[in-house]
Parts: sequence; C-alpha cells; structure tokens
Amino acid sequence: MATASVAHHDAAVHDHHDHEHHDNFITKYIFTQDHKMIGKQFLITGIFWALIGGFLSILFRLQLGFPDMNLEFLRPLLGGWIDESGKLDPTFYLALVTMHGTIMVFFVLTAGLSGTFSNFLIPLQIGARDMASGFMNMLSYWFFFGSSVIMFISLFIKTGPAGGGWVVYPPLSALEQAIPGSGLGMTLWLVAMTLFIASSLLGGINYITTVINLRTKGMSFSRLPLTIWAFFLTAVIGLLSFPVLFAAALLLVFDRSFGTSFYLADIYVGGEALPNTGGSPVLFQHLFWFLGHPEVYIVLLPALGITSEVIATNSRKPIFGYKAMIISMLGITILSFIVWAHHMFVSGMNPFLGSIFMFLTLIIAVPSAVKVFNYLTTLWRGNLIFTPAMLFSIGLVSFFISGGLTGIFLGNSAIDIQLHDTYFVVAHFHLVMGSASFFGLVAGVYHWFPKMFGRMMDPRLGYIHFWLTFTGVYLVFFPMHYIGIAGFPRRYYSWTNFSFTEMYTDLNMFVSVAAIITFAAQFIFLFNFFYSMYRGRKASLNPWRSNTLEWTTPLHPGHGNWPGEIPTVYRWPYDYSKPGAPEDFIPQTVPLSQTPESNLPHEQELVKLEMEIMKEESEVLVANESKH
Amino acid sequence: MERELKYLDIVEQPISMHPKKFALWLFLVTVVMIFAALTSAYIVRQAEGNWLEYELPEIFWITSGIVVLSSVFLHWAYISAKKDNLLNLRIGMVMTVILGIAFLVGQWYSWVALVDRDVFFVGNPAGSFLYVFTGLHAAHLISGVIFLIIVLISTFRLKVHSQAMNTMEMATTYWHFLGGLWIYLFMFLLLNH
Repeated sequence: MATASVAHHDAAVHDHHDHEHHDNFITKYIFTQDHKMIGKQFLITGIFWALIGGFLSILFRLQLGFPDMNLEFLRPLLGGWIDESGKLDPTFYLALVTMHGTIMVFFVLTAGLSGTFSNFLIPLQIGARDMASGFMNMLSYWFFFGSSVIMFISLFIKTGPAGGGWVVYPPLSALEQAIPGSGLGMTLWLVAMTLFIASSLLGGINYITTVINLRTKGMSFSRLPLTIWAFFLTAVIGLLSFPVLFAAALLLVFDRSFGTSFYLADIYVGGEALPNTGGSPVLFQHLFWFLGHPEVYIVLLPALGITSEVIATNSRKPIFGYKAMIISMLGITILSFIVWAHHMFVSGMNPFLGSIFMFLTLIIAVPSAVKVFNYLTTLWRGNLIFTPAMLFSIGLVSFFISGGLTGIFLGNSAIDIQLHDTYFVVAHFHLVMGSASFFGLVAGVYHWFPKMFGRMMDPRLGYIHFWLTFTGVYLVFFPMHYIGIAGFPRRYYSWTNFSFTEMYTDLNMFVSVAAIITFAAQFIFLFNFFYSMYRGRKASLNPWRSNTLEWTTPLHPGHGNWPGEIPTVYRWPYDYSKPGAPEDFIPQTVPLSQTPESNLPHEQELVKLEMEIMKEESEVLVANESKH
Repeated sequence: MERELKYLDIVEQPISMHPKKFALWLFLVTVVMIFAALTSAYIVRQAEGNWLEYELPEIFWITSGIVVLSSVFLHWAYISAKKDNLLNLRIGMVMTVILGIAFLVGQWYSWVALVDRDVFFVGNPAGSFLYVFTGLHAAHLISGVIFLIIVLISTFRLKVHSQAMNTMEMATTYWHFLGGLWIYLFMFLLLNH
C-alpha cells in the first residue's frame, strides 16, 4: 500500500517509457497521440495558413495601394476573379478581407499559437508524461485539420469564399442573394467553424485537465512558469466563449437553411418583402462578440506568456512581479467577458449601457499596463542576451504599448463612434493583437525550436528576419492611424469616388509596398525553419541556460518525455542571477538543500521541511524495494 | 518582492481527481455556456417585442416527471453498484434507459402539440427558440442514452462494481446534469414565455 503515495501522480498517465512500443510512420507522424508531435502538427498547419492569410492580404493591398494597376499577371492564379480590364473583382475583394481575418484570427493565432505551444509545452513544463487524454488531443488536431480542409476548399469554389467580413453579421451573411460569398462559401465557412469550435474545446478541456491534475511533485500553482498560467487561462476563456459562438452559428445556420427568423426581420430584396419577421440582427452581434472579444485574449495571452518566459531567461533576471503577472492575467480573463459591447457602440445601443461598457473596457488598461511595466522592469539592468526569440519578445512589448494606447482612445464611445470601422481600428488591432501575437508565436518558435527538433535555428537569419519584420510592421500599420483619422472606412474596395482621399494615395501606396516587403521577409524565416530542421547546428541540452523542466528531458524526448522518474520540482522557475549562486541560473529541479549559499532566509527554513519530505520518501522507496 | 513569495505549499501533491471525470465536468461547462447563450438570446429578443404568445405543451410536465424519475432510478443503480448488488444495478440501468427513451418520445409529442397550436419552427422566433431548446437538449440526451447503454453493456461484462466506478460515476454525473438542464429549461420557459 505504501506505493500509493509515491506512485500516485504517475498512475494517471500511462507509463510505457521503459518498454517503448515501436511506432510506425502513421502512428508516429500522422495519427499520433504524442503531445509533442501534435504540437508540431499544429505548428506546420498554422504556418501553412499564415502564408495563405498573408498572401491574401497582399492581394487586397495591391488593390488598395494601386487601384489603377493592371492585375493581369495574377490571372493564372485568380482566373475569373480578374475581369477583362485587369481589375480585381469587387466581391472577391470582400472575400479576401473576410478570409484574411478568419484565417489569421482562428487558424493561425488560435490554433497555430495556442494549439502549438499549449500542446508542446504544458506536459513538458509541468512534468507530465503526456496530456490527460492523448486520444482527445489527437481528435482535436484532426477536427482542426478537417476544418482547414473545408475552409481551404471554400477558397476555390465558383461563387467564392465567405464575403461578409470575419464577423459574418447577418443579414449580409444570412441571405444568399446578398452577395455571392453568402452562398456556398458561407455554408462552408459555418461548417469549418463548427469543426474548429469542436477542436478548440477538445484541446481546451485537455489543457485545463492536464494543468490541474497532472503536475509533477512540487509543481504547485505558485511555481508554474507564466507560460503555463497563460495557456491555462487561455483555455478557460476558450471553454467559456466558444460554446457561445457555436450557439450564434447554430441559429445562423437555421436562418440560412431552414428559414427561421432569429436574425432576420422586415427585409426587402428588389422591392419584394422576405417572409422573415421578428428577428433581431443585433442579437447576433451580442452573441458573436461575447466570443469575439474574449477571442482577442485567446490570441494574445499565450503570446504574453511566451514573452514572460523568454524575457526572464534572456535578461538573466527573475520575472518582475510574478504574482502581479498572474493576477493581471486573471483580471484580463475576467474582464474579457464583460466588455463585448464596446464593439457595438454604433449599433444603436442605449448610451447609458454604452458608458458602462466603456468604463469596463478602460479598466482592462490597468492589468495590461501592469504587464507592460513588469516586462520593462524585468529588462531593466538585466544581462540582456539578444537571441532572435528575445528580440521578437521585445518587439511584442513594443507593439503591445503602441497598439494598446490607441485602445484607450477606441474604448471611449465618444471617439469610437467617430472612428468606428475606419483604418484607425484596423491599425489598432493589427498592432496590439495581430502583430503582438504573431511576434509571440515567432519568439516561441525560435526559443523552443531546439526542444522541438534538437537543432538550432540560424541566429543571423533570425536577426535579419526580426529587423525586416519589426520595421515592416510599423511601416504598414503606423500610417493606417492617419488614414483612419482622415476618415477612410475599412472593407471598401475603392475610395476613388471621394475627393478627400486623393491626398492619401501616396500613403496607401507606401503601406502596400511595406506590406509586400514584410511578407517577403517571412520567407527568410520559412527557409531558416525548414533548413535548420535538417541541417541546423545540433542543440545542446539547455541552450538558453533556462530553469524550466522541458530542458531536463533528453535532446529528442520519446513519448513519455523523461526516461525514468519524472523530476521533482523544488523552486519557482525564475531563479536567474540569484545572489551567491555559482551559476546565473538554478533549474527548478535543484533542491533548496543543495544551494545553501544562495538561499534566502525564508527558503533556508523550508530546507528543513524539504529534507524531512525527502527522507520520508526515501523510506517509502526502501520499503517498496524490500517488498519486491 | 522575493519575500512576498511564500513557498508554504512546498512539495505538495496536486489534487487527485480522475482526469477523465474532470474533463467531463469541463465538457458540462461548455454545454452550460451553450444554453446560457441561447436562453440569454431568448430574453434579449423577447424584450424587443413582436413576440408570439402561446401555451406551452402540457406534456412538458409529464416529460419532466419522467426525467426526474430516471435520475432516481440511476441513483439507485449507482448505490447498488457501490454495494456490488449487480442485479439491482442492471435493473436500475435498464429502467433509466427506458425512461430516457420515453422522455425523448415525450419531447417529440411536445413538438406535435406545438404544431397543433400552429407554432412552427419557421416563424416567430418565440416558437423557433422552443424548438431549438428542446432539440438541442434532446441531442445531448441521445448522447447520454448511448453512454448509459455502453455502461449497461459493461455491467454485463462485470466491469462495473464497487472497485471500478469511474465510468458509472461519469454516466451518473452526465445523466443528472442533463435532467437538471431540462428542469432549468422548463422552469425558464414557464417564467419567460
């Protein structure tokens, strides 16, 4: 019976590492249940989608920057979407912006970011052999894959993909006769998103269960790396908000395919009244933004978590305000659910209700500012090591500040009503959510590439990639603030009918050129990624001299992560440059009793407790041995 | 800073709930969120006016009774399983499955009753919402019946007994939840229609 207390945290996970079953190609690379391979599958699929999503944005930037350009050279790719005069088809332009938004928000920055790093890092950093349910994890990827296939097919159908904007507001998205994109394209969009929701929920349930139930001995919540806290809270947000999107989509499906009137009322098409009565299009907006706003944090929080880890490691300093970081992430999690209506200030809502939502929205600035402050104070007087991951993390902090500031403007209903649906909004969320999260994703890839593939990425290519992307992002999105203030509405195919736009033609051209260069720079990363996977320098076991548990695994961890026992954790993950310590980092697996020279007074007291527990356990082990 | 971080909870075992049971609870949270969204949508939409008034089908009282009774039988089966009384366990499970199917049939007749009073799925959202509530709940209940049947089969393979209660506990949790969800929906409709 004495085994129970020791072996019990292992009992829940299958423990096959000693007699590893030999996987064939299909069970190892395709229908795998190993969280590390599933993470890589999410990453590769995410990169594929990022390329498509980025390419679509280049297409519509060509139209916006060079409205008179002859796009005949794109005919081999776009076929009928280029008309006889060499112009982009206006309805296809709408489909382009819709698909760019959908792909980037859901497929790249939700599945590609959360899916990759939650899967890859949670078991490795909390000391678990795998996720709570490897099978559900596999299902999560394959639902995402199915969703991807359907969304990809919708790009090539005759009527084009969905075109009602990524927010798919009815009645535009509900009526097939509204635009070509509201036909089959919209149906495929809804099917793909339903599968996507199933995938996110399966993944999220797994992440939460794993973090709560499968932590190794000593890994209390106050010793979790901030990455895990971020992934955990992200999963909680997803679990609470994706079902609401499902409900919204379900009612939309009924409206589209069965003729119900949840969102439709009193609509005339070509002078003829539709039979639908009694629906409310604003209802959809409420349901959609109840997901839509938390979704922003689903995208952003994992990137912030990755940044915390990368910045602390490469500043060789403990993260400043560990608890404040957790509390502000908790605050963001809670607040994210009660601010959704700030997307709807112009929907005709009661101005008093608007000011309540404005107040709640502005409160989010507090935890966000705490996080920024803590990043800066962690960097302050640190022994900075500028790895590519570190540069991208600092880049994230920069975007989080510059994009976050405009959030304070937009959160005020008085100014938002003026700026609503202009390029100012586009600039705001592309900086604070899009680019910041993308930089978090890239930082994570540079930082954990050695753990994923056992090789290093080339740092020089990384530096070139960083500087081109960082300056590129600012050159693209900074001018958009001016364009937005000047009154340019988003999602317009062309502004040439408005005379005020003439003086901004150059600026739009400039933005488009910057976008093309930035997009091209991503191929440096792509080359670096795939080249280093096979030809990169072999990585050492702990290349960044980091404290967290994943660096205690072998170079190519098998399914089960640690050969032999799972390491026990004795300290928090941020013991960098501790005064008195011989090295500038002390991994979490080093007991306090081994570091008397650097222990703080209150830690010295804990040493006694630690010794007692270790003694007890060794007695249990001896008792077990004698029983066999 | 360092001083505030108290390492009091040193070398502490994480809570030890069975991961699959925990995952089931999280799944229940997602179901709660779907119905919370739909019922809030109902209230928001109702407040806007142009709302069809109609009588709820009386059969809801009967189906509510059935679903409560099924939960009682399942609980009896659960207690029997804990006491290794396999005969009572099987009787209780079979009764629960039968009552579950009876509930589904009853819900179907509630739709018939709605059609009889000219409330259709297509039309005023007041009616459409009722179809969505009952339909979506029934879809979940069908999954619950399938789950119960799987557990019932495993009782005949002697895989459910006092030492192996995990699947039985999960089935019980899920079924009680679905029953409770229906009672919530029914109360909600009684108060808000």
